[in-house]
Amino acid sequence: MTPAVDLRGITKAFPGVLANIDIHFSAEEGEIHGLLGENGAGKTVLMSILYGLYRPDEGKILVKGEEVAMDSPAKAMRLGIGMVHQHFMLVPSLTVAENIILGREPKKKGVLLDENKMLEQVRAFCELYRLDVDLEAPVYTLSVGVQQRVEILKALYRGADILILDEPTAVLTPPEVEELFRAVRALKDEGKTVIFISHKLREVLAICDRITVLKRGRVVGTVDADKTDLGQLAEMMVGREIVYTFDMEPCEAETTVLSVEGLEATDDRGLPALRGVELRVCASEIVGLAGVEGNGQTELVEVLMGLRRATGGRILLGESDITTTPPDERIKAGISHIPEDRHKWGLIEGFTVLENLILGSHRNPRFTGRGGSIDFKEATKYSEELVRDYSIQTPNINTPAGHLSGGTQQRLIVAREFSRQPRLIIASQPTRGLDIGATEYVRGKLVEMRDRGSAVLLVSADLDEIWALSDRIAVIYEGRIVSFKDPEETNEQELGLLMASGKVD
Amino acid sequence: MVSLLDVINVGLFAAALRMATPIAFAALGGIFSERVGIINIGLEGIMLTSAFTGVTVSYYTGNPWLGVLAAIAVGGLLGFFHAVLTVKFAGDQIISGTGINIFAMGFTAYMSQIIWGSRGASENVTGIKVVTIPLLRQVPVLGAILGKHSPLVYIMLAVTVISYIILFKTPLGLRIRAVGEHPTAAETAGIDVYRIKYLCVTLSGMLTGLGGSFLSLGHLNLFAFGMTGGRGFIAMAAMIFGKWTPFGAFGASLLFGFADALQMRLQAMGLLPSQIILTIPYLLTVAVLAGVVGRARPPSDYKPYVKE
Amino acid sequence: MTKKSDTASSADAGAGGKFLVLSPGLSMIGTQLVAILMAFIVGAIILKMTGYSPLEAYGAMLRGAFGDVYGIGQTFTQATPIIFTALAFLFAFKSGLFNIGAEGQFLVGALAAALVGISFNGLPAFLHVPLALLAGALAGGLWGFIPALLKTKFGAHEVITTMMLSYVALYLTGYMVNYPFKAPGWVAQTVPIAPSAELPRILPPTQLSASIFVAGLLTIGIQYVLRKTAFGFEIRATGLNPNAAQNAGIDVDRRLILALVVSGAIAGLGGSGEILGVHRRFIEAFSPGYGWDGLAVALVGGNNPYGALLAAVLFGALRSGGMVMTRATGVPLDIIFLLRALVILFVAAPTLIRSLLRRGGLRW
Repeated sequence: MTPAVDLRGITKAFPGVLANIDIHFSAEEGEIHGLLGENGAGKTVLMSILYGLYRPDEGKILVKGEEVAMDSPAKAMRLGIGMVHQHFMLVPSLTVAENIILGREPKKKGVLLDENKMLEQVRAFCELYRLDVDLEAPVYTLSVGVQQRVEILKALYRGADILILDEPTAVLTPPEVEELFRAVRALKDEGKTVIFISHKLREVLAICDRITVLKRGRVVGTVDADKTDLGQLAEMMVGREIVYTFDMEPCEAETTVLSVEGLEATDDRGLPALRGVELRVCASEIVGLAGVEGNGQTELVEVLMGLRRATGGRILLGESDITTTPPDERIKAGISHIPEDRHKWGLIEGFTVLENLILGSHRNPRFTGRGGSIDFKEATKYSEELVRDYSIQTPNINTPAGHLSGGTQQRLIVAREFSRQPRLIIASQPTRGLDIGATEYVRGKLVEMRDRGSAVLLVSADLDEIWALSDRIAVIYEGRIVSFKDPEETNEQELGLLMASGKVD
Repeated sequence: MVSLLDVINVGLFAAALRMATPIAFAALGGIFSERVGIINIGLEGIMLTSAFTGVTVSYYTGNPWLGVLAAIAVGGLLGFFHAVLTVKFAGDQIISGTGINIFAMGFTAYMSQIIWGSRGASENVTGIKVVTIPLLRQVPVLGAILGKHSPLVYIMLAVTVISYIILFKTPLGLRIRAVGEHPTAAETAGIDVYRIKYLCVTLSGMLTGLGGSFLSLGHLNLFAFGMTGGRGFIAMAAMIFGKWTPFGAFGASLLFGFADALQMRLQAMGLLPSQIILTIPYLLTVAVLAGVVGRARPPSDYKPYVKE
Repeated sequence: MTKKSDTASSADAGAGGKFLVLSPGLSMIGTQLVAILMAFIVGAIILKMTGYSPLEAYGAMLRGAFGDVYGIGQTFTQATPIIFTALAFLFAFKSGLFNIGAEGQFLVGALAAALVGISFNGLPAFLHVPLALLAGALAGGLWGFIPALLKTKFGAHEVITTMMLSYVALYLTGYMVNYPFKAPGWVAQTVPIAPSAELPRILPPTQLSASIFVAGLLTIGIQYVLRKTAFGFEIRATGLNPNAAQNAGIDVDRRLILALVVSGAIAGLGGSGEILGVHRRFIEAFSPGYGWDGLAVALVGGNNPYGALLAAVLFGALRSGGMVMTRATGVPLDIIFLLRALVILFVAAPTLIRSLLRRGGLRW
């Protein structure tokens, strides 16, 4: 039987990185085919090539048996391929309907947009696939799960027979994942082919018919889902046994480092983001803050760091009230931050490794004398120490930080923040976008700091990570902490429900 | 004794509409450019160059409408140049725009010298005659304000409405807004992002060129060094004040036109030294920017879009 | 002098492989030189098209600017105010701000210095001169403070506000010198400043004054501040990534305000120097666009103070040589403004240059 899509010998290189190396991949019509691999294995690149976003350096693409040159997404769509990206391709201020028909707008009198026709046509699709959405709502007002539905609708509207889903469950709560799976099975029943990109072993195993594993740009193998198991897949993905849990000592001395009382704040749009957050982190403890993105975590971290003003409530570091203390003083008082988006908040890519390492402590008497000038000899010594101690892979300390790999950049940030022996570490999605090696390193370091006495607030959307590292788990939902328990007293189901709805029933 | 009515009367409002016209054209142009994510700081330079071109062509051909067409063409050319620099080569938008401004100053001064032997002002040329709309003219008050104007003023009003329709009621407008807000989403929807950016930035130059032609041909019938006097920048403020919508920008332009007209009246009456009065439009712009922004969310993050 | 990569036109090596590919710093100089060359080529084309001989024009310019001691003196005299305005633009640019109102800050500084110069008679020179310079710097600083405040408090884009304030400065100083402080006579100017306020001429009969020493010291000072002080570190951090800077505890708003104030003060200082050293009185609209030259020079200099110094001499040569050229050949002086604009455009599009080089590289 001719496969729906057949990729043969695909090779693609980017500056400094071989993303795909001689890849052979094919998916049969009407099957759900999983594309599994860790972050950076080359899955998204491969599918982007199939979707016409990139052109391969070598190789052939065949769709339904015919060889094609995939020049653009427009061409891919014409051939019946649709893609739902990890980062949504939705224009925030346009409505659902407008986003769906973008590029194929129904016209009235030749130039004007026919709004009625637009709504009619999209509504028909919604009914057919039983995907329920408010068509006239601007996209930015919708939750992430609903936005994903819009993305799927968009692909279907453009006549997709082959649907590529890129890490679709990354932003969904467990119940939403179930709903997605139902929808995917319904698509299969309608004869659609689904390619399911993910790094989550369990899910891929649960939903897919066949699974192709990629590792560092190459295909490791293709297996039938019912003929394999977690262990085998994990080994194919990584090539060694993955450590799922850490060896940790139980939490001792109850000295409270961070105390958050009734904290309130608004987001960028002026809407309430934090509605009375209550939280406590002790020394030598990791508190994991679980929650679906968009429930106030980002704002909480910003308020804790002093980057956003609190509109109510208090923050206490030890005994002192730091609610209105400026950021530089908070840093001096011993708070460290591993930011969510290292490119935006963590690093200055135009600065050298040295300059990034002293960033934040540059006014420290150790580096800056009374005249205001920086002692570069001392700074150099300090940087070289850190590069050694934290194994930061850089040609030298004068390399611009922008030239380093993602994992190395994160190490730089970790080195900078942890070497200050902070009292409190706020780690926001610290392993996002990192490969397994870097992920293990960061997690190991967090545990190490915990053992050395730091209090750690770990904010993560990755439940596995929260589960593996936390002494206590808090769940944030719509700006409030709805649960705060020891891991033994709860389970994934409960957490999932709390994350999705704030309640356990 | 000078009475308030000598200053504030129907004539003032008619003058306000007239003075608002070049600003409104440029502001509309600015909207199209910024809606696709390209800041066009060069509006000032484009206006100046187009004003010059219009007068030059009218000088040599005796036909002011040819001058207007030439002004539009030159404006489009400069807009296209800005587009190439910022879209294709991802050059810094502000530096490119500033380059256009400085180029305009030098080019127009140099060519003025060559053609008329003086870099101060050109000779008088045939300008565009004012028209009267008979029925409208009869309407009390409104007729006096709207009824008798250069055709370019009416064109400006029409262009404002058309711009609104294009941006918010057509598929093209949908695509324009998508390209500015989320170019990758537009690309994956099959839209040619580069083409739309080129189109809109060139259009912004053409509209600004229209404004420039009005400044020189529709009004004074000559070209004077630096005659735009910052109007390109004021147009940007009008665009921001109007929240990047055609009607909003039009309203803001009226405000600035009013300040301009008022300033000229006050000067003519000699109540205050002219230099003090001349600062009014600029101070008003600053005040507007201070009062408005922060609440206004721009339609794009203006980051260059690079296709893989 | 280490050229780091925080420049507007950071050209990495590798332009077509047929060009200087020695080190990042050198290859950047290469790109700037090519930009200047292209500007002059286009300028030559325009000259040709309007009926002048480019060789004659450029030749006269060169002779005028460097041919004799007088020419060289005038070249540096013209370069001096440009150094100030270039440093002003540069300093603000390092913090991420576009200060295109240097012209206005220059003017208010000049007026303030002139006013101090015509008052305070009887003050000894070693007090009078610094006082006047200080007044100029303060006035310029104030003119930078206003847009800075508007930007940080209200988000008003500094490009527009500095531009607007430039016009306001033009008219306000014009007013001052036409009414309250007008000297008797037809010309809108103040009375001459007291001799005790004058900056000495160092190369008579040229107009070259001690102001150039101030400019030179300032250049060194700015480079030191940017590279070696914590303040400069924070300014650069803010310019490269204000979010990360803020996260590291840097008060970004404060830094932006300080950057623009310093920027304005530098321009104001330049205006003062021009009054105290060259004109010795404030004349209405006396600045022939030094602010814009400064902008071009800062860009051509690769946003590095020493580069700006060199480029300022180039532009000073353009001006002084240009005046000689106009007298000798009749080519309108405005060609130098055209050249200036062309240089900016070519410097602004490094990739454009690179791709042109690549095509050109294939041919030779």
